[in-house]
Amino acid sequence: MQQTPILRPSLLGIRGSAVVWRVVIYVLLAALSVSFVLPFLWMISTSLKQSQDVFSYPPSFLPNSFEWQNYPKGWRVLPFNTFLTNSLIVTFANVIGNLISCSLVAYGFARLKGRGRDFLFLLLLATLMIPREVTIIPRFLMFSAAGLTNTLWPLILPAWFGYAFFIFLLRQFFMGIPLDLDNAARIDGANNWQILTQVILPLSQPALSTVAIFAFIGNWSNLLDPLIYLRSTELYTLALGLNLFRGQNFTQFNLLMAVSIITLIPVLVVFFFSQRLFVQGVSLTGMGGR
Amino acid sequence: MAITHPTSPPPTTTKKSTLGGMARREEISFYLFIAPWIIGFLLFDAGAIISSLFISFTNWSALSAPAYVGLANYDKLFADALFYKAMSNSLYYGIGSVGLGTIVSFLLALLLNQNVWGISLFRTIFYLPSVVSGIAVAILWIMILHQDFGLINSFLAFFGIKGPGWLVQPEWAMPSLILMSLWGAGGSMVIYLAGLQSVPIHLYEAAEIDGANTFGKFWNVTVPMMSPVILYNLIVGFIASIQGFVLVYIMTNGGPANATLVYGLYIYRTAFINFMMGYASALAWILLVVIIIITVIQFAVARYWVYYEGDLKQ
Repeated sequence: MQQTPILRPSLLGIRGSAVVWRVVIYVLLAALSVSFVLPFLWMISTSLKQSQDVFSYPPSFLPNSFEWQNYPKGWRVLPFNTFLTNSLIVTFANVIGNLISCSLVAYGFARLKGRGRDFLFLLLLATLMIPREVTIIPRFLMFSAAGLTNTLWPLILPAWFGYAFFIFLLRQFFMGIPLDLDNAARIDGANNWQILTQVILPLSQPALSTVAIFAFIGNWSNLLDPLIYLRSTELYTLALGLNLFRGQNFTQFNLLMAVSIITLIPVLVVFFFSQRLFVQGVSLTGMGGR
Repeated sequence: MAITHPTSPPPTTTKKSTLGGMARREEISFYLFIAPWIIGFLLFDAGAIISSLFISFTNWSALSAPAYVGLANYDKLFADALFYKAMSNSLYYGIGSVGLGTIVSFLLALLLNQNVWGISLFRTIFYLPSVVSGIAVAILWIMILHQDFGLINSFLAFFGIKGPGWLVQPEWAMPSLILMSLWGAGGSMVIYLAGLQSVPIHLYEAAEIDGANTFGKFWNVTVPMMSPVILYNLIVGFIASIQGFVLVYIMTNGGPANATLVYGLYIYRTAFINFMMGYASALAWILLVVIIIITVIQFAVARYWVYYEGDLKQ
């Protein structure tokens, strides 16, 4: 009982400053959140405006009228259905190619021994440091010599030979799976292929999903490779088609924004349904890379 | 660990040679499993880098047959004003966006690490812009940065400030691109946040017992524990920012007055607009050398500020 008067003022003092600190943090977070969200709101609001209202002053976030037909209208300006099909082909071929090739390679590095393994793994990590500009010209000349420019192949083939970042991510995950499981399967007569497909892969769904998501998003918004390899409009991907649309209709920002939002929808859907995996993947590789 | 294999030959041979045979078989399997990457590496990485070096000694235009020109491309390069311009633009962008980006994303992570309510909502808000990169975002920012009607200048006009022509004035174009890159700071924020959450609490408790205040705990516990993650982000971020030119290509196409002609864009133009493959390869090789030098410097400097927990344990 006697202690309370002594303790209370100091307790109040700590709590008082803690409350102020909390308020400061929330005010900062709220202000920052607003500035991070505003561009998105601006995008949506512009996509629903009439052309003459796009650059009205003062800018208003609420359109005078909601022009929902901007979406189908913008989509019909160019053959966006074709672009969408091409994007889907390229993206899924990349996701599947990366999953297969990177699983195989990651299993090799995680579970099998061979001369030069550590050196090769270091070499693999080193490829992440190579600037794209250095390899892009020889790659172009190579695909050009093979007669594959102006086809979708240059956008698809490299994924089937593995990508260092994904191999690293999967290898880290595989190494966390107890070796006892492999050994038990091996005693039952399983070979490496069976251990990979029946023991390791079923246990690696989080890592595989992370690879799939990264490959999906990376390829969906890739503009550089389509820009270099594709000339015929009927081969354009969505990103390249949107770039063409921008070049032709630079002033019709409402239609541009409407189509932009459509192209972002798959990314947003994937993001919201797999945010946890996303964050895990980022931190796994971010931390592991030291 | 010795692994018994049911199909291995009966122990008539000596144990040693059986193990040797198994090791050899395992080695063959190892190379078979990593074969896709080996082939890809030889074709797309090692092969590409070496052929790039050879191409840089030619005057290849991709239309005519290449002719050996020795070091002529490199002589030309060191006398090329645009080369220096592009290199300094890229360094400007790299230092600006990675420096500011590191500060912003670290601060965001620190804020989110304060046991705040609704952390996953805030994390989503800050992280989302970094996910939706690409051309849609570039078009959005062209609008936001518009000189007369853009969101930012309208906001400034509200306070009676006349905003600059962000993307059309040479001195403002690069700062605009750097500003825009900060919108994507959430990507590294997630990495920092994960790092902050894995700093052992007992270190903070020990610091408190030693009488450290909030800043002392931050400077002497948080920063050292996070320094490897920061270093990793600096290196990867810098390499990525020196390469990225697609956003610049869409937003300013190098202008105004080459103020945003970044190195990647200069290579792209030289190779795929002007078809000077030899000269572009020389430019690319100089970039490779510069990146290696910068990475080595970063690692060398890291000795003085990066703390590895493993070093103490060993």
